[in-house]
Amino acid sequence: MPTWFEYEFMRNAFVAALLIAPLFALLGTVVVSNRMVFFSDVLGHSSLTGIALGCLLGFADPLWAVAIFAVILAVLINFCKARTRASADTVLGVFFAVVVAVGIVILSKAGGFSKYSGYLIGDILAVNKGHLLVLGSLLGVVAVYWFFAANALVLMTIDQSLARTRRIPVFWLETSFSVVLALVVAVSIKLVGILIINSLLVLPVAAARLVSRKFSDYTCGAVIISVVSSVSGLICSYYWGTASGATIVLFSAAFYGVIAGISIFSKRV
Amino acid sequence: MPEHVYGACCTEIAGLDVSLGRIRVLENINLRLNCGELVAVIGPNGAGKTTLLKAILGEVAYSGQIRFSIRGSLRQDIRIGYVPQKLSIDYDTPVSVLDFVSMAVSSKPVWLRLSGGVKDKVHALLTEFSCQHLVKRKIGALSGGELQRVLLAAAMTPAPDLLLLDEPVSAIDAKGLALFYELVCDVRRKYDVSVLLVTHDLADVAPHADRMIFLKKKILAQGKPQDVLSDRDLLMTLGPSVWNISELAGFKIAVKEKDTHDADLV
Repeated sequence: MPTWFEYEFMRNAFVAALLIAPLFALLGTVVVSNRMVFFSDVLGHSSLTGIALGCLLGFADPLWAVAIFAVILAVLINFCKARTRASADTVLGVFFAVVVAVGIVILSKAGGFSKYSGYLIGDILAVNKGHLLVLGSLLGVVAVYWFFAANALVLMTIDQSLARTRRIPVFWLETSFSVVLALVVAVSIKLVGILIINSLLVLPVAAARLVSRKFSDYTCGAVIISVVSSVSGLICSYYWGTASGATIVLFSAAFYGVIAGISIFSKRV
Repeated sequence: MPEHVYGACCTEIAGLDVSLGRIRVLENINLRLNCGELVAVIGPNGAGKTTLLKAILGEVAYSGQIRFSIRGSLRQDIRIGYVPQKLSIDYDTPVSVLDFVSMAVSSKPVWLRLSGGVKDKVHALLTEFSCQHLVKRKIGALSGGELQRVLLAAAMTPAPDLLLLDEPVSAIDAKGLALFYELVCDVRRKYDVSVLLVTHDLADVAPHADRMIFLKKKILAQGKPQDVLSDRDLLMTLGPSVWNISELAGFKIAVKEKDTHDADLV
């Protein structure tokens, strides 16, 4: 048995990586296709305000405050996007600024921000059994959601008017996806880190996109790349003594680089 | 449950006004689309052609009435087939023609391996629309004409009551366009469906359309294609590229002597 597996915190982290990786890969396929990369980044950064509100309201574990705030924010952004003529980019930029600033202001007042800086880079080794249970149930929920909603989501990313003629309630579909995404981001933020969470959504999917012609390859490729880079990143971070989240991201980036290189040389892009 | 009856759908538009912001885009549009009828909408850019489609799709606010009826009784839930002008997707979007059309013929999740039965259905449908050879291509990488045929195939499954086609400005080559109109003509007869076609090409659509509507905020002319196309003053508003188009379409138009210097400019 390898040395890293002897420690309980590493075994828990290993299970967490196996749960988070497919979650992020599945959601990432729609995040990238539906051009929601900035949106998911706003959700990630909103956890600053979520943590701050959790502290103010006296939540024992800020996780739930983060999750509730992220879900409310996701719904709010969707309403604003539907009601305004400003570009989605601008709307998101405004929300991004506000959630980051509010979070930092509140957290820095109570004796310094440094207490919370761990949230920026995350710590997957600190995961406990309860957290794993939440992640596991979330994976179950997303799998069921994906089974019923994936086709509608794909059609929505292709053309919203076309999707409406096929009786897809586009607004509510987009809102439901945003809520699921907000939950997944909120629950993983402590493990992965605010600065890194978006890379996990985007990189494996971007790599799979380079070599996929059909949606099943895209989904399958993203999940495989995500799982392989999460597991190898986690194990290497143990031996290198580096932060796990960022090491995982480097592995996904390496995947992307190698696949992009191969596809440029073989002209399959 | 009785089987869905095709071809008995009629669309009636009365006193339709649409404003986008402060700009009146459509004014007092009165229009009736009968089943089995192919109506072509022409007009200059910005004339409100696409807005008319969006109003029928229920995507823009309007005043006036748009009513659908099937066999004489008013209905809200008619099935609309829609072929958009273009798709706002990236070239590398990993959705194949098979994926896209399979979502029309089956509700099986597209991220799982598709069964042989679904593939057979898709193949049969694509063959009907002369695009079976495109089955493995990515939809973002299709040419304008290929994409139109694939979109049409998907729009016809399940068979709609009303078919709306928004044609791209210049993405289709002449050969692809002729094939596309033939296919539209075929499905209109086969399914007895009413078709509203927004087009920028007058020459190729004219022989196929039952009725032509010249739209520029209001309906300036409507009737048989040869009648609408023989109104030279109207056609002049479409710009130089169509000044001679009526002749290309095979409709003889007497070009008056005094206009010949205009024609030299083309």
